[in-house]
Amino acid sequence: MFALVDCNNFYASCERVFRPELRGKPIVVLSNNDGCVIARSNEARKFGIPMGAAAYQYEKTFTDNNIFVFSSNYALYGDMSARVMDILASLAPEIEVYSIDEAFLKFEGCDFINLQEYGSMIVKTVTKSTGIPISVGIANTKALSKVANKVAKKFPDKTGSIYLIDSDEKRIKALKWLPVEDVWGIGRRHAKRLMALGIKNAYEFTQLPDQWVRKNMSVVGLRLKHELEGKPRLDMETAKAKQNIATTRSFDKNYTEYDQLRERITTFSVTCAEKLRRQKSSCNALLIFLHTNGFRSDLPQYSRNIVMKLPFPTNSSIEIAKFAVEGLSLIFKQGYQYKKAGVIVMDITPEETNQISMFENTNPKHKLLMDVMDRLNSAIGQKKVKLASQALDRTWKMKQERLSPRYTTRLSEIIIINA
Amino acid sequence: MIDAGINNGDLLIVDKSMDPTDGKIAVCFIDGEFTVKRLKVEKECCWLLPENESYDPIRVTTENDFVVWGIVIYVIKAL
Repeated sequence: MFALVDCNNFYASCERVFRPELRGKPIVVLSNNDGCVIARSNEARKFGIPMGAAAYQYEKTFTDNNIFVFSSNYALYGDMSARVMDILASLAPEIEVYSIDEAFLKFEGCDFINLQEYGSMIVKTVTKSTGIPISVGIANTKALSKVANKVAKKFPDKTGSIYLIDSDEKRIKALKWLPVEDVWGIGRRHAKRLMALGIKNAYEFTQLPDQWVRKNMSVVGLRLKHELEGKPRLDMETAKAKQNIATTRSFDKNYTEYDQLRERITTFSVTCAEKLRRQKSSCNALLIFLHTNGFRSDLPQYSRNIVMKLPFPTNSSIEIAKFAVEGLSLIFKQGYQYKKAGVIVMDITPEETNQISMFENTNPKHKLLMDVMDRLNSAIGQKKVKLASQALDRTWKMKQERLSPRYTTRLSEIIIINA
Repeated sequence: MIDAGINNGDLLIVDKSMDPTDGKIAVCFIDGEFTVKRLKVEKECCWLLPENESYDPIRVTTENDFVVWGIVIYVIKAL
């Protein structure tokens, strides 16, 4: 049996743990640089603020409805997530951390436990020990545990935030309830297509012939169908290296000059390269993009991206920055006000399997240099050693006007109470 | 909380997983504010004892917005 444990409105819940007066109050959390809405409490959803909404467009909605707005506090969310995952790991034989606020648990050879009661105990233990409310869905496949989780989350009072699918009757009832676009693994494109065929819920999806699903949604779709039918096809996955890494930012003001963008692209490349080295990978391709502010219809608009195939796999900051800037010079056009740019490193391969090519290779000296850079930067703190083409006085500073304290990771920011 | 050996400026170690039982010292959240008090649990209600002669115990009823945030298990003093 699998359990999917999901934290309810995780970011908003983290903020509430240390501000109990915000229980029941609408909260939104903004992305890096306070750009757009990335999390909403249930109360905030009611005001029609969509996910990804540009924050400045909703300022009035925020103030008119007394919505509490927070900058994203990843130091806090990361630490609270680690606490939740630690407790979960102690409660199950196997755990797969699926995202910052979700984990699969696997109960094998645990037939002697009453999973309904055990699930209930998990909900109570995690919620009490961390202050973060969670929902648990249990079933015999991963996809069904996701479905069960949605039921638990939607009907917390009825289910006690734990739902167990342990009969075909319950399975079919849950699948009939779940709209097809909300099924784990069915993307927007497939959902649209299925709806056009008159398939509205997950149950109707499972009634499609295997051949049709395989032909139109590949083996991945077929696997999902079987999982929803209660035939296990997916097992626990161990952590694997990320398949692409992106560093992208909206700028605090519009940039018009090539040199300004070159500096940004260099810095984004360096950040991507550091992340590659941390997971001991190299990349074989880069995507560089830039665009103007799409909300400013009064300004001329421009948006371009370019993929740079690299002649050799690398994770050197110097080399990645060089190729990225080359890409930028190919797509940059004078006369526009740029609002956002980014670098995405792709086609990631393990560092040690780098094939040596006949003509051109990553400079082996860079590896030593990068090691020294990484060591210095981690020892003396944030980004002291940079490439000369990066701004020394960070022209870039994250806008975090509504950041909450790092309650759990900085002694100077803990809660203060009068004794 | 001076009678319990807790003064302003001390660091408290709080265990959220413990049950709030009679006699424990707890960080509580009552009507919009954090406070640290000793719990006295009775059948009908709960008292928050300030362990300080200059303050009165607080009687907690269903009228209050009240949560026991966590149980204090250690106090660290700066020298």
